Amino acid sequence: MEQSLLIAGFGGQGVMLIGKTLSHASVDAGKFSTFFPAYGAEQRGGTANCTVIVSDSEPIDCPLREQFDTIIIMNELSFTRFAGALKPGGTLMINSSLVEARPDPSVKTVTVDTAKIAGEVGSPKVANMVMLGAYIGYTGIYDVDAIKKLIGQALAKRPEMAELNARAIDAGVAAVSAS
Amino acid sequence: MSEIQFMKGNEAIAEAAVRAGCRFFAGYPITPQNEIPEYLSSRLFEVGGTFIQGESEVASINMVYGASSTGTRCMTSSSGCGIVLKTEGFGYLTGANLPCVVIDMSRGGPGLGSILPAQQDYFYATKAISNGGARAFVLAPGNMQEAVDMTYEAFDIADKYRCVVLLLCDGVIGNMMGGVTLPRMRELSELPDKSDWVITKRNGDGSMRMITSCYVPIKLVEDQNIHMAEMYEAWKKTESRYEAYRMEDAEVVFAAYGTSAGIAREVIKALRADGIKAGLLRPQTLFPFPEAPYRALDPEKVKQVICLEMSIPGQMVEDIRAYVDDRIPVSHWGRSGGILMKPEEALAAVRTMLI
Repeated sequence: MEQSLLIAGFGGQGVMLIGKTLSHASVDAGKFSTFFPAYGAEQRGGTANCTVIVSDSEPIDCPLREQFDTIIIMNELSFTRFAGALKPGGTLMINSSLVEARPDPSVKTVTVDTAKIAGEVGSPKVANMVMLGAYIGYTGIYDVDAIKKLIGQALAKRPEMAELNARAIDAGVAAVSAS
Repeated sequence: MSEIQFMKGNEAIAEAAVRAGCRFFAGYPITPQNEIPEYLSSRLFEVGGTFIQGESEVASINMVYGASSTGTRCMTSSSGCGIVLKTEGFGYLTGANLPCVVIDMSRGGPGLGSILPAQQDYFYATKAISNGGARAFVLAPGNMQEAVDMTYEAFDIADKYRCVVLLLCDGVIGNMMGGVTLPRMRELSELPDKSDWVITKRNGDGSMRMITSCYVPIKLVEDQNIHMAEMYEAWKKTESRYEAYRMEDAEVVFAAYGTSAGIAREVIKALRADGIKAGLLRPQTLFPFPEAPYRALDPEKVKQVICLEMSIPGQMVEDIRAYVDDRIPVSHWGRSGGILMKPEEALAAVRTMLI
């Protein structure tokens, strides 16, 4: 069983951290996983995207894909660029704070108002953690505590931020469970 | 020790080099390999090694020449347009029989090209890394784990033959992250004894040594050339290697290395699901090239050979054609210049090429 995920937004939204964390957690859980970033002359405000592939049973031969089981769209431009890369019947997770959801019966659409939820948690900066939590809640295949621990490690230089990020992840999980 | 760690390809390669005993690195920044020098800039100091960001690629490879002359395991890394700038140094190292490891995390070319992954350095890496017929031992890892394992082994090969060993990777392997198992840390005391040639020792008669690629009289230059020719022939006989995947009954045979080989596997799985018997012959060394399995392809069983490369025009395909000869049709497909080749796109293209 293989799951492919594309995460797209603009530089500064924390798109790469979502992808790296999910891939890292998958490897720690004994699965095969790859993370591949779109790298280059990226900058804050420019486009940023990455792909994560997770396989339960066999090594991943190639980290590149043209079509994905799930796509997380963090900004409007990314919808235009990447929504078409979703497999038929796949899942679009939309950051509805910045992206207008388009009704499409051929795909599953999950909307997450990341800015509103992040604001309630304490800071708009953790909108990406809200989306990470929403993905974990939606898929149900990740250990939330393991994810929080990895985020804590990523924030080793700013430990005071770990608790806020953990709350944002919990709020993301809850947002999807409620909907 | 055998624990799986989540790492970036470039960093995993750098750590494997340190564990192999590399204690000197000189290089100059270039995408997509910057995490190698970045990682080593702190890591080498932890193990008592030396890291230098040279003022240029030429300076860096000549620093490697100096470090190698002392017997220190040493490395440089770059990408396409930076690798070629080291051309002068590769020739001097080869002429002086000095071991070193070079990582080419290749990108789109020619010239500055693009910073995105490509496989366009094949001719340069495998045919002539410098003047005077100098060639490198070229390893081609097919994934992150193999890149780690081959980096570790590259230092042994370099010391065994006193040659330049080039790891030809691409930006996908360098920039992806995934789980890898790192090799054990070697003690420097375990490394080969080089006291019979290093510049820091004297000869038995007390005379000082000179390590040079300039020999007088000229006959000594020819002797060096003959030594190189014999070494390359020995490599062809004993060192070429490849992996055969689903070749047991293959009628459509793919030839691909590096990231393209991973794409070929995805294509093969899809073709097999449709009942098409496809397989892969993946070179793991590009020089010496594993000629034998291609020469041995049976025209009675194999209908065609398809070379997948992230390079237009195709480069490795010329070697494949030479070894397969005219017995079996050989065709080529790929993307180039840094355009990422996707398995789905490759599969669609291959379907139109099937005979």
